[in-house]
Amino acid sequence: MANVPDNLKYSKTHEWVSIEGEIATIGITDHAQEEMGDIVYLSLPDIGRTLAFDEQFGEVESVKAVSELFSPLTGEVIETNTAIGNTTEIVNEDPYGNGWLMKIKLSNPSEMTDLLDAASYTQFAEEGGH
Amino acid sequence: MKNSEFPLIFEKSRRGRKAANLPECDVPYTSPEELIGAEHLRSRLPLPEVSELDVVRHFTHLSQRNYAIDLGLYPLGSCTMKYNPKVNEKAASIPGFASLHPLQPEETAQGALALMYDLQKMLAEISGFDATTLQPSAGAHGELCAMMMVKAYHASRGEAHRNVVVIPDAAHGTNPASAARCGFKVKGVISNSKGCTDLDSLQKALAGGNIAAFMLTNPNTVGLFESEIEKICEMVHEAGGLVYCDGANMNAMLGLTRPGDMGFDVMHFNLHKTFSTPHGGGGPGCGAVSVKACLEPFLPVPTIEKVTAKIGEEESEATYRFIQNRPQSIGRIHSFYGAFLIAVRAYTYIRSLGAKGIRGVGENAVLNANYVRARLADHYEVAYGNRTCMHEVVLSAAKLKQLHGVRALDISKRLMDYGYHPPTNYFPLIVPEALMIEPTETESKQTLDEFIEVMIKISQEAVETPDLLTTAPHVTLVSRLDETAAVKNLDLRYEPLFENNNPI
Repeated sequence: MANVPDNLKYSKTHEWVSIEGEIATIGITDHAQEEMGDIVYLSLPDIGRTLAFDEQFGEVESVKAVSELFSPLTGEVIETNTAIGNTTEIVNEDPYGNGWLMKIKLSNPSEMTDLLDAASYTQFAEEGGH
Repeated sequence: MKNSEFPLIFEKSRRGRKAANLPECDVPYTSPEELIGAEHLRSRLPLPEVSELDVVRHFTHLSQRNYAIDLGLYPLGSCTMKYNPKVNEKAASIPGFASLHPLQPEETAQGALALMYDLQKMLAEISGFDATTLQPSAGAHGELCAMMMVKAYHASRGEAHRNVVVIPDAAHGTNPASAARCGFKVKGVISNSKGCTDLDSLQKALAGGNIAAFMLTNPNTVGLFESEIEKICEMVHEAGGLVYCDGANMNAMLGLTRPGDMGFDVMHFNLHKTFSTPHGGGGPGCGAVSVKACLEPFLPVPTIEKVTAKIGEEESEATYRFIQNRPQSIGRIHSFYGAFLIAVRAYTYIRSLGAKGIRGVGENAVLNANYVRARLADHYEVAYGNRTCMHEVVLSAAKLKQLHGVRALDISKRLMDYGYHPPTNYFPLIVPEALMIEPTETESKQTLDEFIEVMIKISQEAVETPDLLTTAPHVTLVSRLDETAAVKNLDLRYEPLFENNNPI
């Protein structure tokens, strides 16, 4: 079974969120990268763009298919992980660490309560949520 | 022969080796520099220099590495890999067809025009529409052509503001691409627990307004018939939109039911799927499009007209002509008249089967898929429950993956060890670990039984010796390819080595 760290929050669209103050770091889950297979291309949003909850913020292309990325929270993009560049395998190898995707400045922290905790996400993923 | 021992034809090259000896030139010699200009000539043009035997062996070896329907079962779901009868090729090679020039006067090509005219009529009859074009090159081109007509239709009614095309989440990826290419906004609709279009979700999407069209594949990509199709068409029409049928799965309906009768306004056919013309290979194709009368004025040009005249009591022999001047047409979408020799093959297929035979195709396509489904249901999970499917069945390896770490991909790779082409993997996207099997009507019960036995054996291997699957294939020329590297570091060009401007 995929790795689901206890200290993170999760969306039903398979993004993870880590909160520090009003800054949220966002990436895709181990389960998501496993489902997709080797990632070969990634598009991330421009800095300064305001994302609504559940708004598409990018695309990830694997050898199997192209999947859309959805913002689990509302906020402004303040940083994206430019270190990934062409080495997209980082997202497969270390989705919760060096494979993070973007940081946003939250404008509606109360949305956090709608996210899943590790146990609920594990159950959601195991039931074949996709 | 191992892959590493298989040289490129460039690597077989030896300077001065030739495939043919030409006689001495018997006309005055003019140098290429004089004819073309030295600035346009390349001094280094390292084409392979090989003998005729080198060429024959090289390409024969390559052809032996191919898999084709002429070699065995090809259950690639959604692609309808049926056998293409050789009589199609015979008809397409008749000199009167094969040697036609697209610029020759139409009165000297009346047979060809008659064939295209009749094929258009037959496709319209089979699908329940009023008019047909054979111009589009392939399915996705047919989609694009249809969406262009939808756009022109709304504009002609002063409703150019209709800019939304609604598409289910199970759709082929080409549907949203075609709509977006025409400038439409794409809105998604989810599938319900039965694997069909969710009517509440559709209602919600339609309520957003500005609906230009709804694009639906029927039977859908899960291989299930959209049983609410009449209601769906009614809902879309009420919202002012047209309903488009992606005809990829027409094989299941041949002679049994017609999209035009269900309420669809326009559809495309993949002649290479349903009407047994060659698949892909970069060759010519035909994605014919049929429409209801309301869309007929917008068909691409040229269209074909049949003219008969009364001579006294007798009707004269029909003549056919191309019509270029159609003011509301979306214009040309293909050079000349589409892929004519493909039309000859589809025409031959339909005429050699006849009405009864066409219906038999639909019946047997559905029967064969259900036979596979019924016999495999105890060994694999059937997506959306073990119910009657249409021409293809979608299995899921989700449980095998969870329990034994064996994925759809591994099952497919293992099938290659047993000499089969794998089924379609990971499509439709709404089914996790999807394996989509479409046996087609051309396979016998014996062939299906052999395939089913292998599939059952693989399901046992998945439990007992999963490593055998996750490392498959074992008997092919190459095993698992590094698909990631193939995508990221695509290298298709041979770079010859030179020394003093001469290839080494």
